[in-house]
Amino acid sequence: MTTPDLLPARFRDWFASRGWAPRRHQIELLEKARDGRSTLLVAPTGAGKTLAGFLPSLVELAQAGPSPLTGRGLHTLYISPLKALAIDVARNVETPVREMELPIRIESRTGDTPPAKRKRQVDRPPDILMTTPEQLALMLASPSASELFGGLKRIVLDELHALVTSKRGDLLSLDLARLWALVPGLSSTGLSATVREPNALRRYLVPQRSGAIADLLVVEGGAEPDIRMLDLGHELPLAGHLGPTAMPAIYELIREHKTTLVFTNTRFQAEYTFQELWRLNDDVLPIAIHHGSLDVEQRRRVEAAMTAGKLKAVVCTATLDLGIDWGDVDLVVNVGAPKGASRIMQRIGRANHRMDEPSKAYLAPTNRFEILECQAALDAISVAAQDTPDPRTGALDVLAQHVLGRACAGPFALEEFYEEIRQAAPYAELTWEDFEAVIDFVATGGYSLRAYERFAKILRGPDGLWRVRDGRVAQQYRMNVGTITEATMLKVRLSRSSQSKPGGLVPRRGRILGEVEEGFVEAMSPGDTFIFAGEILRFEAIHEDEALVTRTTAGTDPKIPAYAGAKFPLSTFLAERVRGILAEPAEWPRLPMGAGDWLEQQRRRSLIPEPGEMLVETFPRQRRHYLVAFPFEGRLAHQTLGMLLTRRLERARLRPLGFVANDYGIAAWCMGDIAAEAERDPGLLDALFGQDMLGDDLEEWLAESAMMKRTFRDCAVIAGLIERNHPGERKTRRQVTVSTDLVYDVLRRHEPDHILLRAARADAATGLLDVKRLGAMLARIKGRIRHKALDRVSPLAISLILEIGRESVIGEAADEILAEAEAMLLEEALA
Amino acid sequence: MSAAAMALPQRIAAAETEIAGLACLLDPAGAIMFPAERLLAVADLHLEKGSSYARRGSFLPPYDTRATIATLAEVVARYEPTTVVALGDSFHDRHGPARLGEAERSALGDIMAGRNWIWVTGNHDPQLPPELGGEIVAELALGPLTLRHCPAPGARRELAGHLHPVAKVVLYGRSVRSKAFLTDAERCVLPAFGSYAGGLNACDPAFAPLFPGGFTAHVIGRNRLFALSQKVLCAD
Repeated sequence: MTTPDLLPARFRDWFASRGWAPRRHQIELLEKARDGRSTLLVAPTGAGKTLAGFLPSLVELAQAGPSPLTGRGLHTLYISPLKALAIDVARNVETPVREMELPIRIESRTGDTPPAKRKRQVDRPPDILMTTPEQLALMLASPSASELFGGLKRIVLDELHALVTSKRGDLLSLDLARLWALVPGLSSTGLSATVREPNALRRYLVPQRSGAIADLLVVEGGAEPDIRMLDLGHELPLAGHLGPTAMPAIYELIREHKTTLVFTNTRFQAEYTFQELWRLNDDVLPIAIHHGSLDVEQRRRVEAAMTAGKLKAVVCTATLDLGIDWGDVDLVVNVGAPKGASRIMQRIGRANHRMDEPSKAYLAPTNRFEILECQAALDAISVAAQDTPDPRTGALDVLAQHVLGRACAGPFALEEFYEEIRQAAPYAELTWEDFEAVIDFVATGGYSLRAYERFAKILRGPDGLWRVRDGRVAQQYRMNVGTITEATMLKVRLSRSSQSKPGGLVPRRGRILGEVEEGFVEAMSPGDTFIFAGEILRFEAIHEDEALVTRTTAGTDPKIPAYAGAKFPLSTFLAERVRGILAEPAEWPRLPMGAGDWLEQQRRRSLIPEPGEMLVETFPRQRRHYLVAFPFEGRLAHQTLGMLLTRRLERARLRPLGFVANDYGIAAWCMGDIAAEAERDPGLLDALFGQDMLGDDLEEWLAESAMMKRTFRDCAVIAGLIERNHPGERKTRRQVTVSTDLVYDVLRRHEPDHILLRAARADAATGLLDVKRLGAMLARIKGRIRHKALDRVSPLAISLILEIGRESVIGEAADEILAEAEAMLLEEALA
Repeated sequence: MSAAAMALPQRIAAAETEIAGLACLLDPAGAIMFPAERLLAVADLHLEKGSSYARRGSFLPPYDTRATIATLAEVVARYEPTTVVALGDSFHDRHGPARLGEAERSALGDIMAGRNWIWVTGNHDPQLPPELGGEIVAELALGPLTLRHCPAPGARRELAGHLHPVAKVVLYGRSVRSKAFLTDAERCVLPAFGSYAGGLNACDPAFAPLFPGGFTAHVIGRNRLFALSQKVLCAD
């Protein structure tokens, strides 16, 4: 096949008019499409991936001629993980369509699309529809779905690597399975950045009968990236994540380049970096900030200014990881730890959105541990190693949501539906028992006490088919679709003091600055100050679903140090490389900014563990006894470890008082002398870190863990146990009518194996609690703990000890906090 | 380390206080006991709340009624009162008594047997069927105290429920929200006893007229109560 056969003259001319030649993978994808093959296209940013994905549809539709007035039905669906991306891509694809004067109608549909337009899109569908997994689920749950999608030819899944790692990916996979059942000839095109395991994505794109797998096209990644560590020429601090001393150098880099993207790991870092850069900004360079909490209008303004080339730099978080085309970025700076090799590569790819030119990037570590991590990432990049996450097993709560949606679309037979679901790669291994349990859950709650039979939401009719009970249930489904429950957000509204009511506030007057997690606000007292949207704000009150804030006077220091935002833990792969650098003194001399000397001091004053060993240090400090361990397994797994370890220390009567954890290690402090106890009982440390902590200790802790309760709440909402919205009621999101914590307690006690608890435990294994990784680590270090009893803190341990007070955990049990509050009162009374 | 080294659960400790001159014990389960009068009171059981939600399609675990009754049985066994007062909203809706399952009905009967049982009516259960057993009243007196469901702002010396008080404490960037008894010398508002009964923050303006001189919140912990002054509590 040659280009002329596959690409009509009109398209060839258009390419030529732009001074472009079609790329090889674009032609190859045309060929795959002509043969009806589903294909995964793996390409670095800037390779013209999106156009490649659409070209087959544009060619087919152009050749079909103008559509009849009534429309010809949906030809191509495009699914993106981001609303903004769907709209952006619609705009980008419209350009060639307009310039070639192709008779093709392209529309986008998101949660923001007005109901009238949505209705029209169903009555008279466009040729190409750009949408999100949630909107697709909604369209598929309609009785008209088979009509709407009956003529569908192709589905394009953009940023597939990002989609498949979440519950949204599970939801989308089930929607795909539905589409395959409706349109047997449908072909899929997946667009993805480079991943470690492309086969997982290839399976995702095709029905899973007989181990099917989509074709693969790989575009080799253009020029080698020009990436290095930002060497400040002086020693970095032992702890901290803000990198104040790096700011002048970053500012210089911004000055010297056309447009710079400054990535940070958390929104707090972004806010801090933005403030510091402006403090240095004597040239008044246009530097903007962009993160997921900011008001959507403000974000759109920044994006527009960026596209128009009006900005010198944007400080941003993961919100810009995905491929919105942003024009001429010629430098990426990543402040802080890279956390994962693939992640950092994708970020770097944002510089020079043309693949033939090298991307230029700097990694700016903020403390000495991060120097190790940056070096590990650079080594990984130089050998093009990838560490994208493993494919998911489909979540049961998402399946429950899908089952109700399926019933809303029309009657179904159980066996047939089971086979359909197993075509979705994440659910290929779903057992009949689990499937039935999910059906039972959707129907009546799935409790062994059959209390709700008469209220069943889906029912099996005399014909053996399952149907939704009535239109009200269907409406309930439509109002609650989706898997994004990460956190209830509160709007942050600038208010001012009330004139008439001293001390009062005037709500609903000032500007909305953005949104923050409810949990962050709940942990603040009125009067606390925090950084947000580039300002230091004073928290005043919560009013309905808004957090009211006022501006602080100049020079106020923010009191609340951080709000968590999206903070990714260190990837397993990078962790291993960091451990590798640590264990190999020959590597140390190439570490800049004092990191090599630091490790040398560690060797002299304490010890460096052999490969495969875990170092545990104990030492006294300020009348406390410390235990510091360095598993390098990421913050989430370490936090879980900390919770369980303090339970065990308590049982060993060592009277633990608290702990801190970061990506590299954990420090716990006790009243009891751990070192003396370890000398008396040589098995103590092995017992403390024993694998059995994932048994009873874990169970006991989960009973009261706030993170587990949050995980359960998310599952309960996704599965439809708790409604986000109820027909006929306009509720603010904070008015949850029944507390999921209470439901969790009751369910745990009475039906510990209920499907929702299983779903929550499955999430805990990989999510906020990272139990799976903790388990692997406990197995890895079994019998390989190197204990060093010291009389003072070691160079490595300092970095952890310095975190105490910043992010220390008092213990999660409510009683401890209440007791502390009571004690404070007593002290006050006696003073 | 062996399992034997595990810390045993602490003894459940009630808090002693006095309301309108009557000595009483606040139990961490959310009940109040007057030892001299051998009277135990609980408020807002909200039995059959789960099934009430199920009617509109939220299938909450159907174990709330039995959990609430089981806790009530424990408290009753702890104090052996001769009189038990359920201070209103004992059922989540007026059809609740009819939906009560066999096992729950019989467990409730076991607790009631051999005691004076008084159902005070509430806004969720203004009418209760006589088959339920016990006495059904709108309010009653205990010495100087009036026991009623909904606290009356003008009244003094009162024991009431209805408002489901919870107290929230924020310390070190962590928050705890837990059911609480609110008391001053004259009045006590009981926490909701029901396992699905949520709460109203003690800082809500609804409480202010009831306690013109302020209140102490006896906040329920795992095994004991914590007496906190109003000023350390936070709004939601």
